[in-house]
Amino acid sequence: MQWKRKDLLGLEELTAEEINFILDTAESFKEISLRPIKKVPALRGKTIVNLFFEPSTRTRTSFELAAKRLSADTVSISASTSSVVKGETLKDTARNIEAMKVDIIIMRHSMPGAPHLLAKEVTPSIVNAGDGAHEHPTQGLLDIFTMREKKGKIKGLKVTIVGDIAHSRVARSNIWGLCKLGAQVSVAGPATLIPPEVERMGVKVYHQVEPAIKSADVINVLRIQMERQHRSLFPSIREYSQLFGINRERLKVARPDILIMHPGPINRGVELDPDIADGPYSVILDQVTNGLAIRMAVLYLLAGGKGEAVN
Amino acid sequence: MKLLIKGGRVIDPAGGLDKVSDLLIENGKIVALKKKISNKGAGAIEAKGKVVCPGLVDMHVHLREPGREDEETIETGTRSAAAGGFTSVACMANTTPVIDNQGTVEFIYSQARKTGAVNVYPIGSVTKGLRGEELSEIGELKHSGVVAISDDGEPVRNSEVMRRALEYAKMFDLPIISHCEDKDLSAEGVMNEGYSSTLLGLVGIPREAEEVMVARDISLAHLAGSHIHIAHISTAKSVQLVRQAKAGGIKVTCETAPHYFSLTDEAVRTFDTNTKMNPPLRTAGDVEAIKEGLKDGTIDVIATDHAPHTIVEKEVEYNLAPFGIIGLETALPLVLKAVEEGFLTLTDAIAKMSINPAKILGIGKGTLSVGADADVAIIDLSKERTVRPEEFQSKSRNSPFIGWKLKGVASTTIVGGKIVMKDGKFCP
Repeated sequence: MQWKRKDLLGLEELTAEEINFILDTAESFKEISLRPIKKVPALRGKTIVNLFFEPSTRTRTSFELAAKRLSADTVSISASTSSVVKGETLKDTARNIEAMKVDIIIMRHSMPGAPHLLAKEVTPSIVNAGDGAHEHPTQGLLDIFTMREKKGKIKGLKVTIVGDIAHSRVARSNIWGLCKLGAQVSVAGPATLIPPEVERMGVKVYHQVEPAIKSADVINVLRIQMERQHRSLFPSIREYSQLFGINRERLKVARPDILIMHPGPINRGVELDPDIADGPYSVILDQVTNGLAIRMAVLYLLAGGKGEAVN
Repeated sequence: MKLLIKGGRVIDPAGGLDKVSDLLIENGKIVALKKKISNKGAGAIEAKGKVVCPGLVDMHVHLREPGREDEETIETGTRSAAAGGFTSVACMANTTPVIDNQGTVEFIYSQARKTGAVNVYPIGSVTKGLRGEELSEIGELKHSGVVAISDDGEPVRNSEVMRRALEYAKMFDLPIISHCEDKDLSAEGVMNEGYSSTLLGLVGIPREAEEVMVARDISLAHLAGSHIHIAHISTAKSVQLVRQAKAGGIKVTCETAPHYFSLTDEAVRTFDTNTKMNPPLRTAGDVEAIKEGLKDGTIDVIATDHAPHTIVEKEVEYNLAPFGIIGLETALPLVLKAVEEGFLTLTDAIAKMSINPAKILGIGKGTLSVGADADVAIIDLSKERTVRPEEFQSKSRNSPFIGWKLKGVASTTIVGGKIVMKDGKFCP
């Protein structure tokens, strides 16, 4: 197939074919990072702007490295240094960046729909690097890529996402992508952190971890935001950890070939015990490695790459 | 000054009238309504094939003056009203300064006299500064000419304050218009809570944030023996609560707005900030219940909640955009669409936009009976048009109906016997 979209805003709007196409493209990019000279000329002459309105180290670094390994020129703008603090609107900021003739804008924002607003306004491709609790498509793709790599296929795979589903863009992108590729997805978390009618997305809902992970092939553990306890969404980090934390004891009911994933950064000892995060089931660092390949593939496809420049 | 409207289908719900007649206006009053009137000295308007009805009354608009003249003024807001077939509007108290004193009421009346295209009736605030703490000087407000009191935009959170307001306002025969919202429950919400908010990752406002306040206000109206009017109801349960209260003899009336029976929260999926208003767009089930409530008379009034905001304010992230949409220029065709769909008769629709709100406000408008003020709308039911932002008379453009093809327009609007708008043109 051929990539036709201008932007990557979410996995909701992608077809299974498009998702697989990105995953397959990433496959061929993964090897580049293993070379002694980790650079191909695929995007030479292209300009990519990282526009981050929310602090992020991992995702931004990953995108930046992905762009650099494809030989694109990159600039990073963070909200604290941008004109946002001077009261400029998102639209004006984007228009100004557009006027500098850039090719791709990678955007992270705390509010859902912010990249969609931009995509409507400007001609460069927009990559959503996380918009509030809405979507984080490259995270979803790298999670699915890692599952496919470790388990061979996605169809029929049982994936359980544990934690704060309501406020998680990672959960939403995972659910969309996994369901489109035929996985069986469950979510587990406190009733206050499960969004209404989430079942209609095609997932099963649990409020206890054990039954949710019993027959799972993969557990994707979400980061719990410490500040949520102040909005009476749960009483304390202590109780959250007792009821929903993934630890050795709780994993006794899980399959012996279970995969443990986490989008990071981990609150060690809260949602995930250190010995599990660092243990044999964990593929957390593979996710980070794969993230680079996924982002290279996404940038490459959005910039109009056809596949010949990889070598 | 005489004006003869010839050959139109005259619908006057207050008089139970629906027949082809001539209508004669003289010195700002309706003087005759007969099958054939011949009057040589009168200017004539041909209304054959059109509906002639009382000028529409919108009991819920935000004219933004004084304070936010960048969004709307009394001049532009009333032109917007006239363009939509409205001849009277009641403007909410959440201006800057708030309409909680005689001076602001008099300013609005004076501005309306100087620049207004239609009749303007100020609504006073329930509490000083809309703070929900101390009652406004409701007696003075009444004396200076307010037609109702409301903290619209804000609920009166404190039940004791609301109780006293209801008791006190009753002495002056003023209805309290309540914006029903439990602010703790709606909190940071920006759209209806449900499947759509789950998909979008936007914080939801549960229907219950509206319903618990509707229930509270009905209870308080019962306690005080006063008239409460529930503004902009949007949920199935709210309709049910009002229906029960009416059956129980409580003096409650209510309104809804055209967007609550024309759109659902699915519309938010585009992140178009013109789908953001308070209360938010609900679900298909709620829309059905609103239609049912309109049909069975539970919902007395269709009001617009015309809430102008500038493009600058609305062209931002969904979370940051202010709540509210304009409605005066799209209300009539949206209601006519409802008539075409069959859940409202044309007579009922007109009643809910003229005599019913006029009665609630006690303003003696909304009828074509002989002797009444000559506020008239002539409606072309068959004319189609596409809603275009550049054609709005309102100063603002924040409508979710832009691009919609709608049928039915007010071809002529007459206020006090004077033609203020004809075929989209304004007469000075």
